[in-house]
Amino acid sequence: MLHAGQIPDPYVGARAVPIYQTTSYVFKDAEEAAHLFELKQYGNIYSRISNPTNAVFEERMASLENGAGAVAVASGMAAQFTTLMTLLSPGDRLLASTQLYGGSLTMLAHTLKKLSVEVDFVDPSEASVWEAAMTPQTKAMFVEIIGNPVGSIPDLTGLAELSKAKGIPLIVDNTFATPYLCRPIEWGATIVVHSATKFIGGHGTSIGGVVIDSGDFDFSGYPSVADPSPSYHGLRFYDTFGHYGFLMKLRAETVRDTGACISPTNTFLLLQGLETLSVRMDAHLRNARAVASFLESHPKVSRVHYAGLPSHPQYERAKHYLPKGPGAVMAFEVKPTSGGAREAGKRLIEGLQLFSHLANVGDAKSLVIHPASTTHQQLSDEELVTCGIAAATIRLSIGIETEEDLLWDLDQALSAI
Amino acid sequence: MGPGSGIVCDISLNTKLNREQRDRYQNIREIREIIAGAKTIAIVGLSAEKTKASNMVASYLQDEGFRVIPVNPRSKEILGEICYPNLKSIPVPVDVVDIFRPASEVAAIVDEAIAIHAKAVWMQLRIIDLESAERAQNAGLKAVVDKCVKMEHGRFGGMLHWAGMNTEVISAKRRKWS
Repeated sequence: MLHAGQIPDPYVGARAVPIYQTTSYVFKDAEEAAHLFELKQYGNIYSRISNPTNAVFEERMASLENGAGAVAVASGMAAQFTTLMTLLSPGDRLLASTQLYGGSLTMLAHTLKKLSVEVDFVDPSEASVWEAAMTPQTKAMFVEIIGNPVGSIPDLTGLAELSKAKGIPLIVDNTFATPYLCRPIEWGATIVVHSATKFIGGHGTSIGGVVIDSGDFDFSGYPSVADPSPSYHGLRFYDTFGHYGFLMKLRAETVRDTGACISPTNTFLLLQGLETLSVRMDAHLRNARAVASFLESHPKVSRVHYAGLPSHPQYERAKHYLPKGPGAVMAFEVKPTSGGAREAGKRLIEGLQLFSHLANVGDAKSLVIHPASTTHQQLSDEELVTCGIAAATIRLSIGIETEEDLLWDLDQALSAI
Repeated sequence: MGPGSGIVCDISLNTKLNREQRDRYQNIREIREIIAGAKTIAIVGLSAEKTKASNMVASYLQDEGFRVIPVNPRSKEILGEICYPNLKSIPVPVDVVDIFRPASEVAAIVDEAIAIHAKAVWMQLRIIDLESAERAQNAGLKAVVDKCVKMEHGRFGGMLHWAGMNTEVISAKRRKWS
């Protein structure tokens, strides 16, 4: 969290990671320029493709996730999109969990459709369901490590075995866990994506995302990465770059063409966050456990969705994959009042004094939102049910404030409804 | 930073070698010694085609100051260097023999490498002939199997870092002028 990816430079010796706020880089000579463009030499050309500050963040994330490398991009959505764009071609199908962030579900169901990629949605908790849903066109699997917002935990080992047996990459969004709580690559994931905006940064100042490749997947029979690339003078990325082939293609083609690059100022800020990741996550987890137990025993609460509670269907599985704890995002439902469940939820959110009502998670500050009318608003009622979201469900992201303050706030807001 | 300082962790990636074989043929200390001590690298199976992996590796090594000697019976000159049909016809001493040929051809190449007193043989990614590697070691040569010389050079020299890759090199010391 503190050292990987940065060796103090020889010229200045700056201990902090410098912000290289530059669009482009002066070539040493014409030959170097040509070699950089031909990908024969490592180096920087233009910050849409790579940048020295971003490289520190990338290598640090790759190291934390135990991957071969990483590419930082503009946001978590960009991480997901560039990964899928690199892997999938028109006519391919994606197998994805039903329990994802609402924005992800919308991208998969609607935006990918425009690119002639269809998605089959499946329950994340049973690998056998994924196997049954697989078609000859299925080219990737996508799942969140801790489902948003009801905390479902996938059968990682089962999905990884399926990935290996069928030769289909398994993409795991590790945003809610961070590599401090779980390293999906060690359980067999092919690719890990993050919204670094959340716990990685922790300060809520910067939008960012990152794609990490395990380097362990054999892409030799996987056309989009192995075949000669028409947009790179016939280069075979897997043959030429081996373990780094997927990421080289993602950077040199997908990020180049979509322009989904991240600002070095943002990676600098995300790096400041990373330095304290373990300390913050421990504090997040302590508070999350306390809040979950408090809510579960509160007379005005009907249900709490948190995989750290024995009442959660994947409690045992969470202990297996996330032994330190299943993150700090949870959902709950209040008992309906005279105005109905939805009205009760609205009054609760309005009554909270410390929890910020906004659309984000993973901030050092505690956050609250009503998914059905916000983050998952584009979904139909039916889709909401498959995501495990009720009209009254409220999502909390527990921050690192003093525990008593959070419990006090929830208690006073619940008492007032 | 030259290939000599910093703490380095092991990277396995998708190698087919087991733990014991990796200790023997992907030894980090030995790889760094080979790279640090090499001036002349003969590349057996170097292709004249610009987008082939062997050509990209050779071009990179030239940029980084190594003398690359192409070995390929089908070419006369590659990347500005005279191309030789085999290792025995190279008129200068060779430090490293880097192999870009199928595993079935490795044994004969290793025999030649031993005969010309090369210091090391290096089998590129997914080229695995452990018997020949053992024979090279028994003859006093260093042997690396299922690794890319460009990736390893870039990893220890810091260049691979620019591409966001995990070098697993950790150091709080100032990088040296290269």
